[in-house]
Amino acid sequence: MNRRDILRRTAAAGLLATPAAGLLTGCATGGGDDDKGDAGTYKGTKSEQNPLGVKEDAPLEVVIFNGGFGEEYAKAHEAMYTEKYPKAKINHSATQEIAKTLQPRFVDNTPPDVVNNSGANQIDFNGLVSQNAIADLGELLAAPSLDIPGKTVKDTLLPGAVEVGSYDGKFLVMNYTYTVYGIWHSTKLFTERKWEYAKTWDEHIALCKQIKAAGIAPWTYAGAHPRYMSWPVISTAIKFGGPSVATAIDNLEPNAWKSDAMKTAADAWHQIVKDKFILEGSPGLDHKQSQTAWCQGKAAFISCGSWLESEQKDVTPAGFNMTIQPTPSLGSGDKLPFEAVRGTAGEPFMVPAKAKNVAGGLEFFRVMLSKKGAQDFTKKVSSLTVVAGASEGVELPFGLNTVVKALEASGSNGFNWVYNNYYRKLERNLIDAACGEFFSGRIGPAEFLDQCQKGADSIAQDSSIKKYKRAA
Amino acid sequence: MRHGKYPLIVTFLVPPVLLYVIFVVSPYLQAFQISTTDWLGYSADANSVGLANFKTLWNDDYVWNALKNNAILLALVPVLTIVLGLFFAAMLNMGGRKGRAGVSGVRGSSFYRTVYFFPQVLSVVIIALLWKEVYHPNKGLLTSALNSVGLGAPTWLGDPRTAFWCVLAVMIWSNVGFYVVLFGAAMSAIPKEIYEAVMLDGASRLTTLWKVTIPLLWDTVQVAWVYLAIFALDGFILVQLMTNGGPNFSTDVIGVRMYDTAFGSETKFGYASAIGVVMFFLTLTVAVLALRASKRDRIEYS
Repeated sequence: MNRRDILRRTAAAGLLATPAAGLLTGCATGGGDDDKGDAGTYKGTKSEQNPLGVKEDAPLEVVIFNGGFGEEYAKAHEAMYTEKYPKAKINHSATQEIAKTLQPRFVDNTPPDVVNNSGANQIDFNGLVSQNAIADLGELLAAPSLDIPGKTVKDTLLPGAVEVGSYDGKFLVMNYTYTVYGIWHSTKLFTERKWEYAKTWDEHIALCKQIKAAGIAPWTYAGAHPRYMSWPVISTAIKFGGPSVATAIDNLEPNAWKSDAMKTAADAWHQIVKDKFILEGSPGLDHKQSQTAWCQGKAAFISCGSWLESEQKDVTPAGFNMTIQPTPSLGSGDKLPFEAVRGTAGEPFMVPAKAKNVAGGLEFFRVMLSKKGAQDFTKKVSSLTVVAGASEGVELPFGLNTVVKALEASGSNGFNWVYNNYYRKLERNLIDAACGEFFSGRIGPAEFLDQCQKGADSIAQDSSIKKYKRAA
Repeated sequence: MRHGKYPLIVTFLVPPVLLYVIFVVSPYLQAFQISTTDWLGYSADANSVGLANFKTLWNDDYVWNALKNNAILLALVPVLTIVLGLFFAAMLNMGGRKGRAGVSGVRGSSFYRTVYFFPQVLSVVIIALLWKEVYHPNKGLLTSALNSVGLGAPTWLGDPRTAFWCVLAVMIWSNVGFYVVLFGAAMSAIPKEIYEAVMLDGASRLTTLWKVTIPLLWDTVQVAWVYLAIFALDGFILVQLMTNGGPNFSTDVIGVRMYDTAFGSETKFGYASAIGVVMFFLTLTVAVLALRASKRDRIEYS
């Protein structure tokens, strides 16, 4: 081989190899140069006016999930941000595919500064947290509120808002909306028929009988997402046995799903299956189809969160007046009163740990959590925020008004669980499947809880999933 | 023409090969590499775990359940689609009654051809949503039809006993049209003289189909077989949109398992890649076997 040959061949090999190698490092796991992100981060000087140390002319990139809330509210918040920092250029985008669009950017260490990680294609938080991909928001909580004098940001939040976004005691995810879960009915239908929402389980069953006799199915649910029905079952159990029922489930304690409270609750709920109180065909409906059947008056009750009213806006008949109610009490032995309702912060926002403008991201949250920002959100999308009292003076639609009332009545008795945040697969796949079998009547309460427990055990034993614990 | 041969080859061969290597081969290789790591997909950190993912996979009941469903699809979808496709194509091309010597389709065959081809025009997503409404347990076309003649209807997609078969039916429905046209085109290429000869010999229609048409179509059937086998191992879009694997995993397929592992309920890209690698080898094996098993001597027309 002469020299020219060698040169020619190495050049050809290089031509072939370079792009492929570049692709390997660019796309997937070839990277690993962690210090790349640090060099270009923006930092300003902290002051009373600027407690988070935002660099005034640093650009801010915001990615919004374009779902039920749209993206207009975020544009308004961005305008408020630029009002304060006129030199900052804001790069706004909205997508429904959060996971797929942002995944390569996380790997490449160039994530945006603010991410609204929501929707069906959200990124699993367990994965993000276990890879230290999210910035700690502790500084934000300690900072003074933007327009509520004398209070830190933490002081302005509703109870439970911080706990939901905390993993092993670190506040990582800012859940912006406040969601209440309960059982919905149409006030119009109930007034017309002279029915009254039942406060105890026996009365509830009696009412269901009455409703069925009137030719209306008492219940319907989303057969394609049967986990919606796990919410009232677990709520009933917590009201019966106290909040420790939920902590046990969240902490994956052995036999947490087979506690006495869960057994009693599952037995009670089995009644509506046994007595055929569920709209025929419900196991074959998805959430929109079942909610629409309910709006058309084919069923009296449906289990859903407080987003129901805005989700059904287009198909709800005028004057339908939907009302949310807590799950009925099992009896006088209940540890929590009838009014206790599940409330939790939802619609997660995060600042990626490798974001260039972390301080700007936190400041953006401070704008969102200001009274002005929260009121604007509630006005635009008819949903409550985690900012306490921010809905005052805002005219709310009928259903959301009942949500506010239910929340007030529940007061300090409110409860919540977070296993669905810790272990997405457990609720979305395993509990979901068990609920489907249970509410379509193919399995009984004992088998139902067995199946749930088996799912929880499989998560507990999976060493590739990071585990979290929370205090009672 | 020997002069200037190499520049020509280089110009026309190197760029496509290069593109193929970059965009087809290298992702495959990456998938193999990722499948041996515990990569969680949202950072650059990944530890090599050797074949641990494949070991987990071997013990994963949900994966086996999905594979079982794929196996049933593999056994049924190609056979049913090809049989139906051949039947309809034969009816359209030689099912008519016209004359003794002539071979023609049933009346209105061009209209039927368009109708059969219809599902091919629609995107798979539309097909999935369309059939989801047809299977609507309260006001769906199918339920209403059964109810109107006094028969009870199951909840179709809501019942683990029926959901899988409902999806299977849609898979066949959406595929048949294409193969009707494909087989039809191949049939019209068969010289009329052959048919005239067998008819003079007094062969029945069925014999003609069985002994003449199908052997002459064998190449096309073989292609159809491989395509449909690969389709049966995938089935992702229809299943994901119609049932997402439910109820209770009764319609789960391996593609949905992979998607769910990477983007759905968890973010285990290493493990999802391992599922992808298994899918790759399964599909490859099935394609090779299908080609080998259906190999026959080629029949020439002349």
